[in-house]
Amino acid sequence: MDSSAILAEIPRLRRYARAMLGDRAAADDLVQDTLERAWSRLSQWRAGSDMRAWLFGIMHNLRIDQLRRPKLPTHSIAEDDFDVPTRATQTDELELRDIESALSHLPDEQREVLLLVALEEMSYADIAATLGIPAGTVMSRLSRGRERLRLIMNGEQASARLRVVR
Amino acid sequence: MNPLPITEADVQAYVDAALPEARRSDVESYLATQPEEAGRVRAYLSQKQALRSSFNPILDEPLPANLSALASAPPTVAVDSLHRPLLARWSLQRIAAGFLIALVSGFAGWLAHDRYPPAESLAKAAPPSLSRQAAVAHVVFSPDVRRPVEVSAENEDQLVAWLSKRLGTPVRPPKLGALGYELIGGRLLPGNVGPVAQFMYHDASGQRLTLYVSTENTANQDTAFRFAQEGPVNVFYWIDGKFGYALSAGIDKGKLARIATAVYDQIDHK
Repeated sequence: MDSSAILAEIPRLRRYARAMLGDRAAADDLVQDTLERAWSRLSQWRAGSDMRAWLFGIMHNLRIDQLRRPKLPTHSIAEDDFDVPTRATQTDELELRDIESALSHLPDEQREVLLLVALEEMSYADIAATLGIPAGTVMSRLSRGRERLRLIMNGEQASARLRVVR
Repeated sequence: MNPLPITEADVQAYVDAALPEARRSDVESYLATQPEEAGRVRAYLSQKQALRSSFNPILDEPLPANLSALASAPPTVAVDSLHRPLLARWSLQRIAAGFLIALVSGFAGWLAHDRYPPAESLAKAAPPSLSRQAAVAHVVFSPDVRRPVEVSAENEDQLVAWLSKRLGTPVRPPKLGALGYELIGGRLLPGNVGPVAQFMYHDASGQRLTLYVSTENTANQDTAFRFAQEGPVNVFYWIDGKFGYALSAGIDKGKLARIATAVYDQIDHK
């Protein structure tokens, strides 16, 4: 595992972590923990195998560990409270904020699959291997996640109803 | 009608362009007759597009130094800490670091107090704090196996640019390879009135030495090499214009003097 190969993956890890967590600092912390764990488990990486999938797998497991722990009270601020002017151009700012906000209302397991498909363009089989779940589970999470996201994006009613149900 | 009914998995795979060509056209014919399903597919495609527009700009953001530093192996990998929960690890480390700094500062202060009676002539030529601060910085950071530096030598250009900017004057780590010491990296530290820089080196045996660079000297009086012993740490320090330099390591005085000379030779004297 050489430095340039790792360095090339860091921006992708950051993008995915940011999309998963919605918070820049928390995302970069997760990336840092992922890289540290990767270095300490270097012996488990088989040369020639897909480093990206390996790193995303590590990040996934760290995230699972985090979710199992009791939540800190720092999750209470709604994402809509932040106005980050540099995030998007004026015209599609609303739409982008919508998708990010809608995404944050998906269950973790659905968001994860959706992002690996949309951002990482991983194959379903690679996602199943990375997350350690059956291929059928990948498909059902993807299907449910997309449909839920569509309903949320379709309007406040759907969004509000889903929030209550959840 | 299609011989094989279109499944939900087919629809998803169609959105992701993951179907073989033949199946793909099956799905297309199906969607042509099912406007609601076609609308769903369009919504999923625009979701993908929106997610990419929203998050792809992150790919072009400059990497924080702590992350780019992790592109290379940390000097020593602490395997034992892996199975502890991250939160506990972090907060314990922070608390421990706080205690360590307090302890070391107190200890070094006591040592310096002991070593520098008021009549000591050295105290007039150089701020007595230079060697002490450098030694404290050395004992605090050089034993740190996981994060000895903020920016590693892998990114020496970034390190130089960053520290020069923060100190408001060009600073550059001298090359000590001929003496067996390689740069690990550097960090920014608080001095008496502003930032100071610390460069860290190690030799093949893992012995670390640090060069502390302060730009806070206002006495306007250059000095020759001074030597101080701060507990287990030997320090050579000198003033050169507005710069104060202090080289610290737990190695013997003769060796350290040779390295200090090499450092001095590589610095632009103004």
